Amino acid sequence: MIVRILGEGQYDLDDHALDALNGLDSQIESAVEAGDEAMFRTALQGLLAAVRASGTHHDVDSLDESDLILPPPDATIDEVRELLGDDGLIPG
Amino acid sequence: MSLMKRISLIFRSKANKALDRAEDPRETLDYSYQRQLELLSKVRRGVADVATSRKRVELQVNQLEQQAAKLQGQAEKAIGAGREDLAREALTRKSGLASQITSLKEQQATLQGEEEKLVLAQQRLQAKVEAFRTRKETIKATYTAAEAQTRIGEAMSGIGEEMGDVGLAIQRAEDKTAQMQARGQAIDELIASGALDDASQLNAGDDISRELDALSSGSDVEAELARLKAGSATQPQAIEAGDGDILAEPEAVPVEGETTEGGRA
Repeated sequence: MIVRILGEGQYDLDDHALDALNGLDSQIESAVEAGDEAMFRTALQGLLAAVRASGTHHDVDSLDESDLILPPPDATIDEVRELLGDDGLIPG
Repeated sequence: MSLMKRISLIFRSKANKALDRAEDPRETLDYSYQRQLELLSKVRRGVADVATSRKRVELQVNQLEQQAAKLQGQAEKAIGAGREDLAREALTRKSGLASQITSLKEQQATLQGEEEKLVLAQQRLQAKVEAFRTRKETIKATYTAAEAQTRIGEAMSGIGEEMGDVGLAIQRAEDKTAQMQARGQAIDELIASGALDDASQLNAGDDISRELDALSSGSDVEAELARLKAGSATQPQAIEAGDGDILAEPEAVPVEGETTEGGRA
């Protein structure tokens, strides 16, 4: 599985390694919904650190698409909302 | 991974939408390659712009540090002259500069970080553009328009994602740089106007500056006087040691010679 961290590049990750990150993903989701910037930062940093730790750099000269694209490490909640499009908040 | 999955899908669809498709899919390859080269030069310009801003901030830090050192010197002089009030004022201004310097150094670090990120983004894009070019030539040489479709789709979406990423990186760097340029402009104007000499930015600062100037020129005068006094005390001593006759004789000879020469001329 290929994961891209925006501004950083692509990483190869085992599928099971990714499963372990689901908890952090739902934390990020609820932080974005609640507009809790501090919680969002912590969860995002945790998620990206886990990707870097369990992944290896994907070949830079490949033209492979990523399975997952993650926000840049210094992204704010507003930027994530922008990435999600104009309607912003995720329903449900 | 619901939220992240969603971000991924939207990002990818935007990246793909940005790539126009030509009627002959092989033309799409050339068109896309053109766009990639344009993006590459854009990211290079981005690196240069951020570097320029960073250097400007560095220059400002140097200027303010010099100013702080000058105020420190003034404070020391003022203390030496027993003017604690002036020393306090100079140190107050210096501490005002210190917070400016700290904030500028933070900006400098941010710009440095953006510069490094863009350099890496440029390297990644460069590698992918190179790979795309090779793939493009292979596809054009090997496949008919109909056959090429799938291969082109693969190559295009891979590069499209990278281009979207780099485009975002450039935009974010530009935003950060623009914010800092606005602040940098303000500081340049302050430095030029001399307002930072009075970190308190009160009009009263001018009087104190003058007093400090007067104080330092006053002490310069005193120092000069002291040197002159010391000189006049030692000079006669040295001459006296050589005896009064010697003083009179060598002076008398050339004076005589000169007067005779002058008389002859």
